[in-house]
Amino acid sequence: MQLITCPYCGPREEAEFHYGGQAHVPHPADPGSLSDEEWAHHLFFRDNPRGPFAERWVHALGCRRWFNAVRDTVSYRFHHIYRLDQARPETP
Amino acid sequence: MNALRLPAGGRIDRSTTYEFTFNGQRLTGHPGDTLASALLAHGIHRTGTSIKLGRPRGIAAAWAEDPNGLIQIEEPFPEPMLLATTVELTDGLTARGIPGQGRLADVPDSARYDARHSHADLLVIGAGPTGLCAALTAARAGARVVLVDEQSEAGGYLLGSTDRIDGGPALDWVAAATAELAGFADVLHLQRTTAFGHFDDGFVLALERRTDHLGTPTHVLGGETAPPHKSRQRVWRIRARHVLVAAGAHERPVVFSDNDRPGIMLAGGARTYLHRYGVLAGRDVVVFTTNDSAYAAAVDLADAGARVHAVVDARAATPAAWVQKCVRRGIPVRAGRLVTGTEGVERITAVAVAGERIPCDLLLVSGGWNPAVHLFSQAGGTLRYDGGLGAFVPGEERDGVSVAGGAAGVAELGGCLADGRRAAEGALGGLGFVPVDSPSPVAEAHVDGQPSLVLWRVADGDQRTQFVDLQRDATVADIACAIGAGMRTVEHVKRYTTIGTAHDQGKTSGVLASGIAAELLGRPVGELGTTTFRPPYTPVAFAALAGRDRGSLFDPERTTAVHAWHVARGAVWEDVGQWKRPRYYPLPGEDMEAAVLRECAAVRGGVGILDGSTLGKIDVQGPDAAEFLNRLYTNMIATLKVGSVRYGVMCGADGMVIDDGTVLRLAGDRFLVYTTTGGAAAVLEWMEEWLQTEWPDLRVYLTSVTEQWATFPVVGPRSRDVIGTVFPDVDVSNAAFPFMTWRDTVLGSNRSGHDASTPRSARGGRPAPDQDVPVRLARVSFSGELAYEVNVDSWYARAVWERLVAAGERHGITPYGTETMHVLRAEKAYPIVGQDTDGTVTPHDLGMSWAVSKKKPFFVGKRSFHRADNQRADRKQLVALLPVDRNLFLPEGSQVIEGPSVPEPPIPMLGHVTSSYRSAALERTFALALVKAGRTRIGETVHVPVAGALVPVEVAEPVVFDPEGARRDG
Repeated sequence: MQLITCPYCGPREEAEFHYGGQAHVPHPADPGSLSDEEWAHHLFFRDNPRGPFAERWVHALGCRRWFNAVRDTVSYRFHHIYRLDQARPETP
Repeated sequence: MNALRLPAGGRIDRSTTYEFTFNGQRLTGHPGDTLASALLAHGIHRTGTSIKLGRPRGIAAAWAEDPNGLIQIEEPFPEPMLLATTVELTDGLTARGIPGQGRLADVPDSARYDARHSHADLLVIGAGPTGLCAALTAARAGARVVLVDEQSEAGGYLLGSTDRIDGGPALDWVAAATAELAGFADVLHLQRTTAFGHFDDGFVLALERRTDHLGTPTHVLGGETAPPHKSRQRVWRIRARHVLVAAGAHERPVVFSDNDRPGIMLAGGARTYLHRYGVLAGRDVVVFTTNDSAYAAAVDLADAGARVHAVVDARAATPAAWVQKCVRRGIPVRAGRLVTGTEGVERITAVAVAGERIPCDLLLVSGGWNPAVHLFSQAGGTLRYDGGLGAFVPGEERDGVSVAGGAAGVAELGGCLADGRRAAEGALGGLGFVPVDSPSPVAEAHVDGQPSLVLWRVADGDQRTQFVDLQRDATVADIACAIGAGMRTVEHVKRYTTIGTAHDQGKTSGVLASGIAAELLGRPVGELGTTTFRPPYTPVAFAALAGRDRGSLFDPERTTAVHAWHVARGAVWEDVGQWKRPRYYPLPGEDMEAAVLRECAAVRGGVGILDGSTLGKIDVQGPDAAEFLNRLYTNMIATLKVGSVRYGVMCGADGMVIDDGTVLRLAGDRFLVYTTTGGAAAVLEWMEEWLQTEWPDLRVYLTSVTEQWATFPVVGPRSRDVIGTVFPDVDVSNAAFPFMTWRDTVLGSNRSGHDASTPRSARGGRPAPDQDVPVRLARVSFSGELAYEVNVDSWYARAVWERLVAAGERHGITPYGTETMHVLRAEKAYPIVGQDTDGTVTPHDLGMSWAVSKKKPFFVGKRSFHRADNQRADRKQLVALLPVDRNLFLPEGSQVIEGPSVPEPPIPMLGHVTSSYRSAALERTFALALVKAGRTRIGETVHVPVAGALVPVEVAEPVVFDPEGARRDG
């Protein structure tokens, strides 16, 4: 049971959080202007790196707030946790 | 009676005698005994028979590392697969040896099991010399300390030794240390508590055994008894900023031919039986060792009266000081010799040493010590092979975890004491505590000796009797076979041979298997490594893991404000998520089918009432609330007038339906959104996700009010009369109160509910009893009938429900449950999201294009409707299926195929039945189904396999009852 540091509540057990997939994939401003292929890429294609990965999380059973995190997909370590209004930190 | 019990010494209470039964034999022991020590006191080594080969097996160690000695307890309560070496003796205990498997009780376990959380700066695992030193160091510095130890008392290795600390017996120091720890308010010291799992970020699970050692009330002769309310076992969930593993080391045997006979035991184990329990494990002893530590066993047993016939030391260079001690006691030392075999059936009778036969009844073995690195490794710590120790020791440091003492490969007592202090000080520095100056305990100088020899096995003899894992009956021959079959890693060898997979998880066999496999492969053991250590360290009963989370406490049960009324009415329940909902209300003699047909007919013929309070309700407020909902629902919400209601469908970005429900506009900037019962939490999270991650500029606030509002649909042609009676201030005519509108009203004062003296604060600011209760009525229908949904503060729900029922009495108002609700909605083809949909269904597939706005430039999912896949002509569409046989019931989930006969596989599938019921109104069965190009098939006959036969069904318009909607307005 990892501890995840909610930027609003502090460290809490991982069972309080829900995972939200890759971060920094904004909904297209004008979906209608996208081709089927472009839209399908937005809907269904996500990165799956080995190592640091910027992800979305929500403190579902706490403050219900979403935030971003850079987490290592091998070690599961959280390297950075940052609010939605903060830029993605430089990763090693 | 206890022929091998010494007259004095040890940690047992000879003034009290316990009676117990083992393998049918009545025996005696004392408080402080384990079952194993009590058996050995009677000269009983053999506990059972091995699982595969049926070979006699005995007690081979003194604690959890014993690979033999599995027993079944029958009294006081049946429990399988315990170790004789770890079961504390109680009066009246009845047990028997088992070959690997036992039996579970066939009656429910009435004991309590619970769990507690604990938070610590430093968790110390193991209360031996290392752990005690570490805990003292941390406690004195002011840290919050948890100290857990699996034995009945602190001391660890010292309990089975004659070591001295600070010039006195080591156990005096242990007593002083535990007394000092007890004086710290922030120290939690738990004995009989096994840390069995070490997880991320300092999270450790430990099992505390709280009552078994107290015996059952009828058997206790005196002293403490277990109060019936006290939990038998407790799982501690410990979260520590730093974890110090001070779990000591396990002695390792050497593998040789016929090394499994009863009477063959680890040398340290025999020493523990002697010093802790006052038991001589044998009278005629041979010691076989590769290191100095076993000499102490030879010397101590000789001093206690045993005849030690030889110390067989595999090393050519023997430790001079120890040899001298042996010579003084007349113990011959055979240097550079090996044990090559044994004799005896029920018990060892002789040892073969290089052609020489030495009679004995006890063979003590020591192949060195394996640091107990399990809890370090479980948390992801890597191990490295130490060639000097012939063992795997902790490798690189890990944040928040350290290992000290025997578990880190430290061999001598003095070293352990110092290492415990060092490790604690290291951890304290990182935690911001300053260690205080205090004298370190001083151990008696140890006897200088010779380096250990790494010896995994003695090759002479038959590999098939050279046991590596005694519990699994796995031998050197099995490892050779695995390697012959191509296994090249220990993980593969483990799985091929099953070595290390028994109750002991390879505490003695794991490293041996690595060593022997490395030898056979001709590779260095350090390169081959060891198998991964996984929780639990020792077996944990499922009852303990379940704790109190069983039965009705397994998952929270949510009940509505009217629950007690449903109970009194004899409702049969359906679990919907965590909610308990009445499924139907059977009258005497009715089964579900009869009750549901009656309820359906009553609703369509008169009036019924449903408890719909479980529907999810979300209060959406803010200047941008209308815009926000407009973007989330497929249909137009922004144009909804205050006072009106709209049915809405919500889709994912992929265009698939994820929820549906009604939306009430309460004000220009306020909406009340109803979700499905099961979708409430997910819809709130979905809304929050869009609001926070995509549209943070929208000023909208979301609040769950599911439990604040009770919701009672009053449904049927007579519902207008009922509502008009209970709410006389409301004009219930269709003109004044049309479909898809809502009205606020009040319920007059003359009502029950609560005491007039209840202060306003305790009423949550609600009206006093002499004031009116606000009620919201909505003209929505989930059945096609005239219907009014009554919404009221849950506080008054029961009173309002009872008024509605009373007012409906003259119309025969019928409470109905979810089953009837489902039949009525299915007759109208109102889909249940998650039953008639499965995440691949669009609103168009459901025939609800009317609920998809063509005007809105954007809503979530809109773009996806234009994807090629969503334009396919053969998409599955919701249709009704009418079996040609009007009485035939199609099971939900049935496949729909073309027919009329079954072709060769693969059989093209047209779709499947999503909902199926008997209709009282149609006097026939019907079903909803998702069928490929279903709408173009209306009128056609397709087939459904039911109970082995293929039955014809007609594809029909999804709305099978009142398709023109004539009943909606009464």
